[in-house]
Amino acid sequence: MLEALLKFELLRNTFYTGLLVGLIAPLLGTFIVVRRQSMIADGLSHVTLAGLAFGLFMQKKYTLLMFTPFHTGIAFSIIGALIIENLRDVYKAFQEIAIPIILSMGVGLSIVFIALADGINTNIFSYLFGSVAAVSRSDLYLIITISLFVLIMIFALYQKLFALSFDEEFAKVSGIQAKLIHFIFILMTALVISASIRIVGVLLVSALMTLPVATSMRVAKSFKQTIIYSIIYGEIAVILGLISGYYFEIPPGGTIVIVSSLLLGLTLLYNKVKFKVALKKDDHYAA
Amino acid sequence: MSKPIISVKNVLHRYDQQNVLEHINFDILKGSFVGLVGPNGSGKTTLIKLILGIEKLQKGQIFAFDHPIQKFKNKGRISYVSQKSNSFNRGFPATVKEVVSMGIISNQLSKKKKYEQIIHALTQVNMEHYLNRNIGDLSGGQQQRIFIARAIVSQPELLILDEPTVGVDSENVQHFYQLLSKLNKKLGITLVLVSHDIGAITTYVTDLLCLNKSIHYHGNPGDFENMPDEQRSTLYGHQIHTITHDH
Repeated sequence: MLEALLKFELLRNTFYTGLLVGLIAPLLGTFIVVRRQSMIADGLSHVTLAGLAFGLFMQKKYTLLMFTPFHTGIAFSIIGALIIENLRDVYKAFQEIAIPIILSMGVGLSIVFIALADGINTNIFSYLFGSVAAVSRSDLYLIITISLFVLIMIFALYQKLFALSFDEEFAKVSGIQAKLIHFIFILMTALVISASIRIVGVLLVSALMTLPVATSMRVAKSFKQTIIYSIIYGEIAVILGLISGYYFEIPPGGTIVIVSSLLLGLTLLYNKVKFKVALKKDDHYAA
Repeated sequence: MSKPIISVKNVLHRYDQQNVLEHINFDILKGSFVGLVGPNGSGKTTLIKLILGIEKLQKGQIFAFDHPIQKFKNKGRISYVSQKSNSFNRGFPATVKEVVSMGIISNQLSKKKKYEQIIHALTQVNMEHYLNRNIGDLSGGQQQRIFIARAIVSQPELLILDEPTVGVDSENVQHFYQLLSKLNKKLGITLVLVSHDIGAITTYVTDLLCLNKSIHYHGNPGDFENMPDEQRSTLYGHQIHTITHDH
């Protein structure tokens, strides 16, 4: 793989993208999970698919090369994020309803644009399941920009995002502008999802934002640790997933999620064994 | 005579054509410990949300530290422990230190200074040894102390607590009120304690405010206690039977 990495630019770009996505997806994912919004990534990824299909359709129909499907995917994802925020405002008592609405709209539009762009082809297949050789140099630059934006924002707003995630009312009383921070947060989510799709694909992008966090929560002792361990688990999954995907010629979305699931399974098992051993040590209390 | 830090003038508030608050006029004086009591649905929470600026004022005026509430920039002068604090997600992976640090408003503080403030706030509520414990692992009473520490870490001048003893067992409730009394006397924090348990709080508060849509009594808790039951029921706006608590 190392030899191939040095030789092929597309592969190299994918690997760099993988490393960036392995960092920003679990980082943002930690906030998403503790806010109990895990499904938001699923909703937005399907809207992004509609954008990608729209881009493919436009390319085919009008040979518009200024905007690639990646760009239209990002645009749709951001619009989807804004609609979710708006719907959550309209349905205050049923905020979760925004996700199925946006998800079905995304799938509906995807079907229409995929059909218009002449059905399922290898391009769509790589968007659905990820690809080890799909990231062009300009895509990579855009993903680097997105990653920098997300890292700077999280660093600058960490305390506010944390307070809002834990106790929104207290955060508001403290003078935190909840609406603005929510908006920035959902914008970041849309951007991270569109960046991650090249690697893990539409169907599994939410896994990269939630599985490493779920694993991390079983071992971390604090919120900061949860973030750090999530990133470590995310990076391990992306690196092993990309390498195995390359060797076995499997779309990396599948291999990354399988590695993530294995890490989760092993962590749960480790916790169980640790608990049993500790209980056994206390055996002198019995009888 | 102390200065009013909060002035509420002619406030009226309505939900769906129905008045939940009307003719509300009172001052909260600096250094006082106000007990805001009233039956369920009497408008207590709405009133404090108006004072905190998280509910939009419909009619009347509220001044906080001489500023109209709409223009008041809090910056840590008023803090809050909500009714919902103890119904947070118990699985949330946060340590006591992280929870208390949420209350630090200023971004200018050094890491060391922040740490000192957190320890100081936790010491006030006797929870300094729980710094690195997970918030979800603590008992209801301990969690509520942590939320108080979070509320006082930026040294507010006014602390508002909305039914903070929900979910705290009766023995700890007494300790809890004693703690509030200490914060009021020792640190000079003005307190507003919202409660529906009039009997329990009259020993500790300096001012009693009985609310049931409008204010039915505002004054010394001792005078209120000495009134005949019937008169108190009228003032309270609701039938009451006082239960004497052992302190």
